[in-house]
Amino acid sequence: MASGGPRRRGRYLLWAAALFAYAFLYLPLVIVVVYSFNDSRLNAEWVGFTLDWYRKLASNNEMLLAAGNSLLIAAVASLVATVLGTMAGIAMHRYKLRVLPILVLTPIAIPEILMGVALLIFFVLINFTLGLVSVALAHIAFCIGFVAIVVRSRLAGMDDSLVEAARDLGATPWQAFTHVTLPLIMPGVIAGALMAFTLSIDDFVITFFTAGAGTVTLPLQIYSMIKIAVTPEVNAVSTLLMLLTLLLIVIASKVSPSLLRGAESPEEKR
Amino acid sequence: MAQPRRNWGKWITSGPPLVYLLVFFAVPTLIMVLASFRTPGEFGGLAPLRNEDGSLDLTLESYVRFATEPLYWQIFLKSFWYAIATTLACLVLAYPLAMLIARSDRRYRDLLLLLVILPFWSNFLIRVYAWMIILGPNAAFARVVNGVLGAFGIEPVSLLFSAFAVLVCLVYVHLPFMVLPLYANLEKHDSTLLDAAQDLGANAWQRFWRITFPLSLPGVYAGAALVFIPAFGIFAIPDILGGPNDSLIGNVIKQQFLETRDWPFGSVLSIVLTVLALLIAGFAAWVGKRGVARLAAGDA
Amino acid sequence: MALLEIIDVSRRFGDFTAVDHVSLAIEAGEFFTLLGPSGCGKTTLLRMIAGFDLPDGGRIVLDGKDLADTPPEARPVRTVFQSYALFPHMTVQGNIAFPLKMAGTPAAEAAKKIGEALADVRLEGFNHRFPHELSGGQRQRVAIARALVTHPTVLLLDEPLAALDAKLREQMQIELIDMQKEAGITFIYVTHDQTEALALSHRIAVMNRGRVEQLDEPDRLYGFPKTRFVADFIGTCNLLVGPVTAREAGSVTVEVPDLGAVSVATTSASGAAEGAIAVRPEKVRLGAPGASLAGENRFGGVVESFLYQGDVTLYNVRADRGHLVEALLANSGAGLAKFFEVGDRVEMAFAANAGHYIEG
Repeated sequence: MASGGPRRRGRYLLWAAALFAYAFLYLPLVIVVVYSFNDSRLNAEWVGFTLDWYRKLASNNEMLLAAGNSLLIAAVASLVATVLGTMAGIAMHRYKLRVLPILVLTPIAIPEILMGVALLIFFVLINFTLGLVSVALAHIAFCIGFVAIVVRSRLAGMDDSLVEAARDLGATPWQAFTHVTLPLIMPGVIAGALMAFTLSIDDFVITFFTAGAGTVTLPLQIYSMIKIAVTPEVNAVSTLLMLLTLLLIVIASKVSPSLLRGAESPEEKR
Repeated sequence: MAQPRRNWGKWITSGPPLVYLLVFFAVPTLIMVLASFRTPGEFGGLAPLRNEDGSLDLTLESYVRFATEPLYWQIFLKSFWYAIATTLACLVLAYPLAMLIARSDRRYRDLLLLLVILPFWSNFLIRVYAWMIILGPNAAFARVVNGVLGAFGIEPVSLLFSAFAVLVCLVYVHLPFMVLPLYANLEKHDSTLLDAAQDLGANAWQRFWRITFPLSLPGVYAGAALVFIPAFGIFAIPDILGGPNDSLIGNVIKQQFLETRDWPFGSVLSIVLTVLALLIAGFAAWVGKRGVARLAAGDA
Repeated sequence: MALLEIIDVSRRFGDFTAVDHVSLAIEAGEFFTLLGPSGCGKTTLLRMIAGFDLPDGGRIVLDGKDLADTPPEARPVRTVFQSYALFPHMTVQGNIAFPLKMAGTPAAEAAKKIGEALADVRLEGFNHRFPHELSGGQRQRVAIARALVTHPTVLLLDEPLAALDAKLREQMQIELIDMQKEAGITFIYVTHDQTEALALSHRIAVMNRGRVEQLDEPDRLYGFPKTRFVADFIGTCNLLVGPVTAREAGSVTVEVPDLGAVSVATTSASGAAEGAIAVRPEKVRLGAPGASLAGENRFGGVVESFLYQGDVTLYNVRADRGHLVEALLANSGAGLAKFFEVGDRVEMAFAANAGHYIEG
């Protein structure tokens, strides 16, 4: 900004406040990671470096089972939610609809616990066994909205006349979709899929209600562990989970840089 | 767009997600509303749909119970204050952050914003767990606090399992929800407005209070709604970090479904929670819009 | 028989009638323009010809075949979009190859056609550029090459020059005329810019509120507007309105309340009680008081303001009875930049054949 002098003091204040906020955001996560390498049962003093907690983790069969379940649910749920969410995003962009936007957006807007208990009642009443399948079905329902929003914002940044141009140049509606629309929204679709995957693998509340007694996912396992005792094994699994999420985010930002700027419409290179 | 009156495409694209969400969202929600008018079953869940005399099992009992037992209103009120406190604390922390990002060089904006979102993408329970470590009795933070208190002759306090722990973690978890809409709003501000205000004699505080803040109100209200709704219905944070007196409405709902197994009453609480959350958020949005309209009309 | 017949076509959006019982016949090889202000229905009409929209009533017939059941991809009609609508994820070559691919053209033949198309629009060597690497004019040419590569019967152009700057627009106008001549394809051109329409077209249909106000050749449209709207929309115009006071064979007199009696030559035979006379500013002569100006209609007045535009100066003259008359004078005299100052008393005059009588 050209007007430097009189505004500088305000700027220092701003920086100080912002740095505090950043520290507030990161310090807890840094502590989790650091203590995962600490050679002590207590998350208190630094004793020495160790990989013991990771070794323990590798031989913790319950944890491995939970991780396997989480990955399986996330893979299935994100795949189905991506297909359905992309359809919803396209439909909401292209047509004036009344019911679909409400159904797509309310699961995002209401308290999560409502969806959890509603699905619990539903599954029990229709005699559907609670387990991996019910959890996956629930995850799909709340992930559709997130995918739809990303896809729709991608479409909003796209010139509508491109599809008309394709039709005009001899493409059938299906050809126009596969040759023009789909390649152009692909970054949004992939970003939406990664988002759905992360949301599913992270979900605690809805899973808590729809998993039933015998089924464990990673968040449920972490929950029951920290309810009993704080152990650095949780730090280790947390660190690994953070790494996985970070990896997904890096991929997402490579595919669709605009995704990380929130739900803004992507800038077309035109 | 193409061929407006031959809408095969409309049904092909909107049909499957519509059906899915009807089955796995709309129908369960409706069933829950119906369940709130039923009698709890002997062993939990719901009583049979037909009473012994053959009439339908429909009753307002659970609603009456909710209306007449002040305990539940008090818990709602407590949850409301926790959520309001969380929202305000988030606003105070998020505003300078959003302003800094919006006014920083375009090259660094994405990075600074990414740094805000990144923790949000790590697992929710991990973020709660982190505070268990920080506030734990053996942690440095707790020892410093109790050392200071001891110097004043005050008994050591437990930071963990307290209202303080619940509130700090609520703010921590919801902060990005406030930063993002605020940033999206502040980023669109025309910086020449501030130059103009300065040119017309406004000092730094006046520029903020008379120009930046009123223009950012839509972002403030959007952020407030995004923080308030989930904070109002939270159950995991008080469950893990709270003491016995920190039970919020989310915990009561969980208890009704998984421990007491009184579905009708749990449904009543869930419905009241959702309606209240949406009403309050909707009211905030409405006030925000009116405020902005009045500002635009120039009589603010 | 005309190549493209638009027969009594209407299109409504709710209460709004975008196209209102329009009938047009467009000949093969014609450069035809739909001209009108925004919202006049010209773009809706174009979209119905392309097939993106369907008429509520009436028929669109191409080469004797009703197009009602033909989707856009099956119509031998191509569109150049206002935004050009180049596919951003395809190169120039990919864009031009697209319609050939859709038509199932064999690779070898397609390659030849792409080469020819690029040569036609002078973009050889640009095959592997992406649209965002091109200038506005180049994008425009790619859009045209893409539309013409499959040799459509009709090319629709929707304000194709609107996004270009003034210099480039003029150059592209000349190129469009040449291209149309060479390809021999019917062009239907939509624009709100009357100078563009006058410069390019063989015939122009002026549209207003969903209806065709006048269909004519450019010079007739300018010289002999049939309605007040057309007179006003095409170029600038003094519209002198009043009751008809005298009518003789070949001439008519209108009593303009704040100017005076104005007589012009006309072939119009109807006996409307009121009429308007359209006089173009460049047909009005100005002179110092007492100057012997040619022209049957003479009035005195005072210069109220003027706009010096270099080659010409536009004067606003307040007539003695109050009417504000626009007069355009060429600054062709040697040395003299302009003739009159604000406040100068002047005489103005125009000949009986300089004005055009519009009934009603």
